[in-house]
Amino acid sequence: MDSVRFDRPAATPRLPLALKILIAGGFGAGKTTLVSALSEVRPLQTEEVLTGAGIGTDDIYGVEEKSTTTVAMDFGRITINDDLQVYLFGTPGQDRFWFLWDELAFGALGAVVLADTRRLADCFPSVDYFEQRGIPFVVGVNCFDDARRFSLEAVRDALDLDPAVPLVLCDARDRQSGKLVLISLVEHVARQRGEPVPVG
Amino acid sequence: MRAESPGPQHEWLDGAAGPVVRPYTLTGGRVRPPIEGFDLMAVVLAGLAADPAGQPGLQPEHRRLLELARRPVAVADLAADLDLAVGVVRVLLGDLVARGLVAVHRPPTGAYLPDDNILKAVVSGLRAL
Repeated sequence: MDSVRFDRPAATPRLPLALKILIAGGFGAGKTTLVSALSEVRPLQTEEVLTGAGIGTDDIYGVEEKSTTTVAMDFGRITINDDLQVYLFGTPGQDRFWFLWDELAFGALGAVVLADTRRLADCFPSVDYFEQRGIPFVVGVNCFDDARRFSLEAVRDALDLDPAVPLVLCDARDRQSGKLVLISLVEHVARQRGEPVPVG
Repeated sequence: MRAESPGPQHEWLDGAAGPVVRPYTLTGGRVRPPIEGFDLMAVVLAGLAADPAGQPGLQPEHRRLLELARRPVAVADLAADLDLAVGVVRVLLGDLVARGLVAVHRPPTGAYLPDDNILKAVVSGLRAL
């Protein structure tokens, strides 16, 4: 066995940089579909303790008294190269799981809010969340087959979006379309810090 | 403490009974890791000398985590690979850190923002998908 101490820096391989992008939107807006179109999607379980009181670190007898809930999130990974990976997290749609968002949003590069024009109000909470926390986001209007088409301007007005926030039509089932949504987000992030990414 | 999986003799156990082994049974009821900082994006790496065979008291899940962490791997990936709840994986990783078997590299936070070159690489990488 190698006798090199593992905490010696020279023995540590270069660590890949992982960027986190959230995929948000109302229930049924196409979050899972979009994550699957862009990456190999895997469910990620979180078993969250809902009560903060009386949690002892080694107390097995206390377990039954703790209230936990299991939430499954969609989770995908896009490998850009050996050193760079993009992780996609579909945010839990139900309101009662909002407490999970803060951890997901922590350190996130930005977010895609998927909107369904048949239920536009469903994406308001997501828009509010990212606006309030100053997290860059784009809105992707998922074009469902049976949905009436609205002009982007009408949707922008209905969402009362900041003019700087990109609003794009997309088909969450289509990989190319999904890629364009993510690209518009990364370009938006770059623009926000005054470093536009040249097209092409 | 390990729970045996229920055999066919336990006919009172059915789908409606729910999971027999609660997630935190794997951690002996511990719900918080001894060490904080296991962000979903934190990268875990096993030490070169980390030999699970020489470590009594490790559970199969600990050993599996060690195997997966031979190469740098994110906490979220480990949880998905093991099909375990993130909270459980955090506690198990805490055990491994306490034994000096893995190192956890926290993702950059706070003022950190990926620079322009990284964003360009992401855009061109996405275009090439």
